[in-house]
Amino acid sequence: MKRVLLAILFFIALVAVWSAIVRAEIWSPILLPSPGSVAEYLTSAFRDGTLLQATAVTLRRLLLGYFIGLAIGLPLGLLTASSKFVEDTIGVLALGLQTLPSVCWVPLALLWFGQTEGAMLFVVIMGTVWSVVIATDTGVRTIPPIFARAARTMGSGPFHKWVHVLLPASLPYLVSGMKQGWAFAWRSLMAAEIYVTILTGFGLGHLLHYGRELNAMDQVIGIMLVIVVIGLLADKILFSPWERFLHRRWGTGRV
Amino acid sequence: MSLQEELKGPPPAKLVVDHVSKWFQQKRQTIHALDDVAFEVAEGEFIVIVGPSGCGKSTLLDIVAGLEKPDKGQVLADNQPVLQPGRHRLVMFQESALFPWLNTFGNVMFGLRLKPGLRNSERREVAKFFLHLVGLEKFMEANVHELSGGMKQRVALARALAPNPRVLLMDEPFAALDAMTREQLYGDIQRIWEKRRKTIIFVTHNVREAACLADRVMIMSPTPGRLRDVFEVKLPRPRDFNSIEIAQHASQLTRALKGYMPNTTPAQT
Repeated sequence: MKRVLLAILFFIALVAVWSAIVRAEIWSPILLPSPGSVAEYLTSAFRDGTLLQATAVTLRRLLLGYFIGLAIGLPLGLLTASSKFVEDTIGVLALGLQTLPSVCWVPLALLWFGQTEGAMLFVVIMGTVWSVVIATDTGVRTIPPIFARAARTMGSGPFHKWVHVLLPASLPYLVSGMKQGWAFAWRSLMAAEIYVTILTGFGLGHLLHYGRELNAMDQVIGIMLVIVVIGLLADKILFSPWERFLHRRWGTGRV
Repeated sequence: MSLQEELKGPPPAKLVVDHVSKWFQQKRQTIHALDDVAFEVAEGEFIVIVGPSGCGKSTLLDIVAGLEKPDKGQVLADNQPVLQPGRHRLVMFQESALFPWLNTFGNVMFGLRLKPGLRNSERREVAKFFLHLVGLEKFMEANVHELSGGMKQRVALARALAPNPRVLLMDEPFAALDAMTREQLYGDIQRIWEKRRKTIIFVTHNVREAACLADRVMIMSPTPGRLRDVFEVKLPRPRDFNSIEIAQHASQLTRALKGYMPNTTPAQT
């Protein structure tokens, strides 16, 4: 309770500093809108439905792409960790592509898929897959071999070993890899949405882009706030339960 | 199947180590780990293998477990050659090898879940029975990192006993523990062995531990790993680790061991 209160106080102070700067009139309100006008934009966008609709479009793309990315990345990472051949081929590819900012895929995605949802999904998946592959690979490789040996003596076969020993044993790495994958997916989607207009749905990135075109900085800042809040919520909803479980079981998380 | 029936289970197994040799190929050289090791273990016998590090005793245990394959010879468990690890020969390792993603109860359940022919409610009952046997029924929900070293090894023992194996293989299970905890566990293991008679091969470099636990002590020497001597320990049980008889047996074992150490002179008496 005390921590929540402290966090709330901190953000109130932040907004107070912001409005104090606006009131000092150092910059024109076009460059730095007041918290009030940002709130005004957000309520009006919320009332007429554009905000909810854009959030829904963006989240659908993000979640779909992210989970497809996970579904590809996890097994690939297990493969690179267990086969020399896959390690020397796909493993190297993954390492290379992981360093490529996924917005670099946008031009190709547009050519291949056109201005469609497919292009957006492709960019998000490319942003997710490789970091998940690398994290899974590292996770499996750091497992002490004694776990697999102990499991084998108790009658654990190859498939059982993967599901009940290697995957749970690498969970700490998997969760941080999934978190990283999520961050990459989020970034690549925003970049893609700001960069290209997809006619089948306007996401948050488009709203931000139009805010820029219309010189409406209250809209830009408002959308940025929404993006931050979604990121925070996703962390709390998607990853916090896992991390709490990990810390409790492994006894980590406190120095 | 009732808990009592399940606890009865199959009788302890007879083991034959039939002239086993093993080489390890390394980058620059071949290591001769085991050279023509042969012995038999009777049903329900407690064998302790003693030797300095590098004498191949852990390798031998891995071969009996089925985790390694011998290059020559074979291991027979009840006249069946050991080709792979199996539920009837469970291993307790030096580090507890408990799974950190499971709690105490989950760890004991791991091997039981892999044992066919039981309902889940029966598995849970068996797991509770063995946690009680090692005195940790209050720690069922505890996480592995919350347990002390001695408690971890007790859980590992419960995990190894729970699927009712016919052979228990113990690879220096108490080596990493402090002396006080270890002495407590010597008492526990003797008490538990009385109740749950298993064929046990126990590997250690601690001669006193060997004298305290074994029916027979096998002495091994390194490079290449050879079986040198067998001592019978005919003291009544339960044995007190600090008793004079144990100390006498231990010094006898030490003398024998020193005699087989390379580059050392035999102990003078």
